[in-house]
Amino acid sequence: MSIALEINGKTLQVEAEADTPLLWVLRDELKMTGSKFGCGIAQCGACTVHADGQPIRACSTPIEALAGVKITTIEGLGGEHALQAAWVKHDVPQCGYCQSGQIMAAAALLAKKPRPTDADIDEAMTGNVCRCGAYQRIRAAIKDAAATLSA
Amino acid sequence: MNIQSKLSADPVGPTATRRDLVVGAIVTSSALLVGCSPMDLLGLGAKKQDFGSFGPFIKIGTDGVVTVISKHIEFGQGTHAGLAAIVAEELDADWSTVKVEQSSANIKVYANLLMGAQGTGGSTAIANSWMQLRKAGAGARAMFVNAAAAKWGVSGKEISVKNGVLSHASGKSASFADLLADAGKMTPPAEPTLKDPKTFTLIGTQSVRRKDSKVKSDGTAVYTQDIHMPDMLTAMVAHAPLFGAKVKSFDDSEALKVKGVVQVFKISSGVAVVAENTWAAKKGRDALKVTWDDSKAEKRSTPEIIEDYKKISAAREGSKPFDVHGDVAKGFDGELTKFGFDFPYLSHAPMEPMNCVAQVDGQKVKLTYGCQGPTMDQMAVAMALGVLPGAVEIETLFAGGSFGRRASPSAEYVVECALIAKKVGGFRPVKLVWDREDDMTGGRYRPMVRHDLAIKVGADGYPAAWRHTVVTQSVMKGVPMPQGKFDATAVEGALGSPYLKATPVVDAHVAIADSPVPVLWWRSVGATHTALVMEHVIDQLAAKAKIDPADYRRTLYKKAGADRHLAVLELAVAKSGWGSALPSGTARGIAVHESFGSVVAQVAEVSMKDGEPRVGRVVCAVDCGIAISPDQIAAQMEGGVAYGLSAALYGAITLKDGAVEQRNFDGYRVLRHNEAPTVETYIVPSGANPTGVGEPGTPVIGPAVANALLVLTGKPTQSLPLVKA
Ligand code: FES
Ligand code: FES
Repeated sequence: MSIALEINGKTLQVEAEADTPLLWVLRDELKMTGSKFGCGIAQCGACTVHADGQPIRACSTPIEALAGVKITTIEGLGGEHALQAAWVKHDVPQCGYCQSGQIMAAAALLAKKPRPTDADIDEAMTGNVCRCGAYQRIRAAIKDAAATLSA
Repeated sequence: MNIQSKLSADPVGPTATRRDLVVGAIVTSSALLVGCSPMDLLGLGAKKQDFGSFGPFIKIGTDGVVTVISKHIEFGQGTHAGLAAIVAEELDADWSTVKVEQSSANIKVYANLLMGAQGTGGSTAIANSWMQLRKAGAGARAMFVNAAAAKWGVSGKEISVKNGVLSHASGKSASFADLLADAGKMTPPAEPTLKDPKTFTLIGTQSVRRKDSKVKSDGTAVYTQDIHMPDMLTAMVAHAPLFGAKVKSFDDSEALKVKGVVQVFKISSGVAVVAENTWAAKKGRDALKVTWDDSKAEKRSTPEIIEDYKKISAAREGSKPFDVHGDVAKGFDGELTKFGFDFPYLSHAPMEPMNCVAQVDGQKVKLTYGCQGPTMDQMAVAMALGVLPGAVEIETLFAGGSFGRRASPSAEYVVECALIAKKVGGFRPVKLVWDREDDMTGGRYRPMVRHDLAIKVGADGYPAAWRHTVVTQSVMKGVPMPQGKFDATAVEGALGSPYLKATPVVDAHVAIADSPVPVLWWRSVGATHTALVMEHVIDQLAAKAKIDPADYRRTLYKKAGADRHLAVLELAVAKSGWGSALPSGTARGIAVHESFGSVVAQVAEVSMKDGEPRVGRVVCAVDCGIAISPDQIAAQMEGGVAYGLSAALYGAITLKDGAVEQRNFDGYRVLRHNEAPTVETYIVPSGANPTGVGEPGTPVIGPAVANALLVLTGKPTQSLPLVKA
């Protein structure tokens, strides 16, 4: 099918099978490879993007469900987001493979809760696995970014 | 044993471990076949590489910016930054502008000096590069100093270098950029003068931070999964549902109907579906019908394998001694305290499942991927394709973790990709994608292990005689390396333990079991199980003797002369507030273990939440020699604790009639944000050469938690994982 997707503020016309998950359209068709493939079944969060501001798992969302939805990917975050600065400041990434998803999940959290508690972070981030175990630095960086944003 | 002394250690001796063995031995055995030197053999077909004036590890641009070439892959451990800092320190480069680039595959220049082949593993990246890169940096520095001395007509001794700028008391000064052409013409000294570590200004400071955090936070870091090349195809493979099964026949009629599927064919490991994109390859594979010949396959279930291991252990079937000393015949008379432990298979489950990009045209082979062992992979691919090893060109990318998984001696996923690319031909790029299910059910697990111990306790409460039997599959099996008298990687950590050293009579054996389930080294290898056994047994013995577990260890370490163990123990005890009151329902557990040349002590605070252990604070003390990047050492302790804790609490691959029961993260539970502890890392000051940090933090947390649970619940741990499915 041919479908218009609104990604990072641009409308892009995409040719793909209707059941194709957004993740493979982003990665294989649009060559936007920042969103990662980790599990394919909404269990790891490596593919997290925003749909109308809500975090979703791109690996398990077929494109046919996304007409008229505003999608934001890690590429759309701009590179200068307070979370990205905090990630660098704390040297959060190890292998780095999970981090696009972590940052997108954290960005959705901060948009909703500018000063998240530990419990808020647990709830928002538990779907995002980091096999390298950068968890405590992710938590510290989220709090740091939250402080910067609400300063 | 000091890691540096291993350079000259007998590589096939009984104490040889992975560090000594990896591939050096592949090289040796292959060389015997052909009768020429290993380096020549592996270099065969290699393009001659041209290095600049400063050698294979340093490039300096006309802008004076220093680029350090890393012979080791970066897949999380901060290795790139650590290696660059060693060069920058001796060169007195401007650290803020130093860059890192990945080397090519070239065993002659980029061999791991502790392995004899190019590869990353055994926590050796920093340790083996230490002197090599210090010399490279000091040599380049001397070239600049000599160039400036000649130009200014002064003695080199009067010139100082700081942040890439040379200066002289007369007021003359020049940057690396200014002097580049002149310095490039200088001959580097054969033995450049190295700094006294006491005068280091970069190494050991908080300035040594990662160089890749930015690209790993904005989505631009490139992993194998992200590679797109013009005309590239994507392949997925239908793998056998049982280990040891082979393709009998297949029907591809439905698969070929899937839009985007280009080709379907059989390869040695299954049936390959080649398509225009990943989703088409997956749908094509789903539509395939394959019949398997499983006559030689593993069909047992996990409980049967455990029973088989127990029998082997009891009979010591085909076992080999790994530590026998004292009067074994009489030492075990009287009452014995018995312990038994069962460990499951573990999947590495790195965040990025296995994948590779290959291009093949006759004798021309190019691989692009997160390559952990260039020499091993060159050998395996050369063998599979019938080309010369040196002709296999490798471009190494970041990898989304590995934890040992990408250092598979059979290089099965790389070979699989190369075979598909060969069939496709014409140097057309093929990306092989394993999904999580391929990765998790594909084997190469940390082997299952059984430990049985019978200990005679002396009147003083300390072990007088220690009988120990380990049963496991060998990760060394079929690996073309010298096998030694026994597989030391199966028992490292028990082998060399200060507790065995302090025990007058020891009778320790290892027996190797067999199975078609392929096994592999998994972050910290033998220590993944020996640490738990040794440390948890010690706490139970201490409890029996009514001695504080930290005190019990002190006595044994003193007896064994284990000074480094003692030092990390004292540091962890002091920083954790060992012995002080905790909220009710929370208990502390301590464990100490040496692996990969480093010694780590951890104190874990554990409570129960919803019927499961929850770890709050972890105090970690580490002795890893000279600390190059304190921040990245802390990061590795944090990551090692999370990885080890994930396995100790939840990790298990189980078989039902031979089939793997866990296919993805829904079945193979891993540690998540809400379950992650806060780790505090303290480094023992040291002037010794650096040792590993990638692995040594991993094996210590499991026993620390088991020991806390012993206090909390009174129940000893007899098998992992702690949380039963
Ligand atoms: S890849 Fe989408 S949640 Fe794991
Ligand atoms: S940084 Fe490697 S998985 Fe998170």
